[in-house]
Amino acid sequence: MVQLTLPKNSQLVEGKVWPKPAGTNRLTEYKIYRWNPDDGKNPSVDTYYVDRDDCGPMVLDGLIWIKTKIDPTLTFRRSCREGICGSCAMNIDGTNTLACLKSMDEVDASAVKIYPLPHMPVVKDLVPDLTQFYAQHASVEPWLHTETPAPEKEWRQGRGDREKLDGLYECILCACCSTSCPSYWWNGDRYLGPAALLQAYRWLIDSRDEATGDRLDDLEDPFRLYRCHTIMNCAKACPKGLNPAKAIAEIKKMMVARQF
Amino acid sequence: MSASPGSSMRTPRRRVAGLGSARSGTGHFWLQRVTALANLLLILIALPIVIWAAGQEQAQTLAILGHPLVAIVLLLLIFSVCFHMRIGMQVVIEDYVPAEGMKVLALIANTFFTIAVGSAGAFAVLKISFGG
Repeated sequence: MVQLTLPKNSQLVEGKVWPKPAGTNRLTEYKIYRWNPDDGKNPSVDTYYVDRDDCGPMVLDGLIWIKTKIDPTLTFRRSCREGICGSCAMNIDGTNTLACLKSMDEVDASAVKIYPLPHMPVVKDLVPDLTQFYAQHASVEPWLHTETPAPEKEWRQGRGDREKLDGLYECILCACCSTSCPSYWWNGDRYLGPAALLQAYRWLIDSRDEATGDRLDDLEDPFRLYRCHTIMNCAKACPKGLNPAKAIAEIKKMMVARQF
Repeated sequence: MSASPGSSMRTPRRRVAGLGSARSGTGHFWLQRVTALANLLLILIALPIVIWAAGQEQAQTLAILGHPLVAIVLLLLIFSVCFHMRIGMQVVIEDYVPAEGMKVLALIANTFFTIAVGSAGAFAVLKISFGG
């Protein structure tokens, strides 16, 4: 059956409470998941206090401030700090999102609680292992497939057909959607997950792509596609405001349409 | 599909590829929706009849349930609900029972249970209808 309790060595324990920075009243409390593969200890939740007068407004600013000023061992991914690279995806205040797009003031709770993306193997602290996620994306062959010899210039596309890609091409593969999906938690080894399926749909409706049938064949599977039960966590989590659930529903419609 | 020993030496792409696409699932998806619609329509017809019949003397109840049109509606309802139940339960089993052997056993038990319950219901309606 589905495993609902964590194994003993994965259960969270109380972590270290780091001292408050001196000489400031504007503090924001952070509670952050910590786990180090090398020390053999259980994961813990450490408490930090961020000096808001010395720090930018976003959750990521706070993390960088902590790493720079308090605890250099705190480990997380980040790069662009403006919501385009997808590196700083993590679970903040109970929802998967990008730390760089989430303001500390948006968090209602008294502390900013941060965990790694759910149900993924953890490499260290807030860094999840996304190997399988990337392999699933690669498996939908997210590039143009054509048999017609390539034209001298570019493959042409009408304005209307180009507009069909809006709401799909913007995906930055941050994995917030897939790791928020219960179906992906239970059957992530066989279900492709919302992110990979949104990308699959992006190529399915590309007017220039000539492999639509093959792509549908590869997706037509009780697990790869049909594990989606329209739970909609994906659409709720997406920090770019995209709707993977709708893309998946459109794939199912294409599957039905080719039967009749 | 559970990870077999040594599977960690396989590439991530190989693990995602698994046994390939089953090339099925759409019929299942479609039938789940068609039977949902059938359930809705049949229950809208059957529910008032059953409520009406329930308040009558036994002989009168049997006469109502035994009427050919009522019996046909009830038989269709039993068939549609059982079909919907079976494919719905199959999805639940596939979702939550990852162990291959247990999953296959549960899927077979699901089919047997549905046929048993459906046959019992259909037999009851036919028995009343044919006055046995």
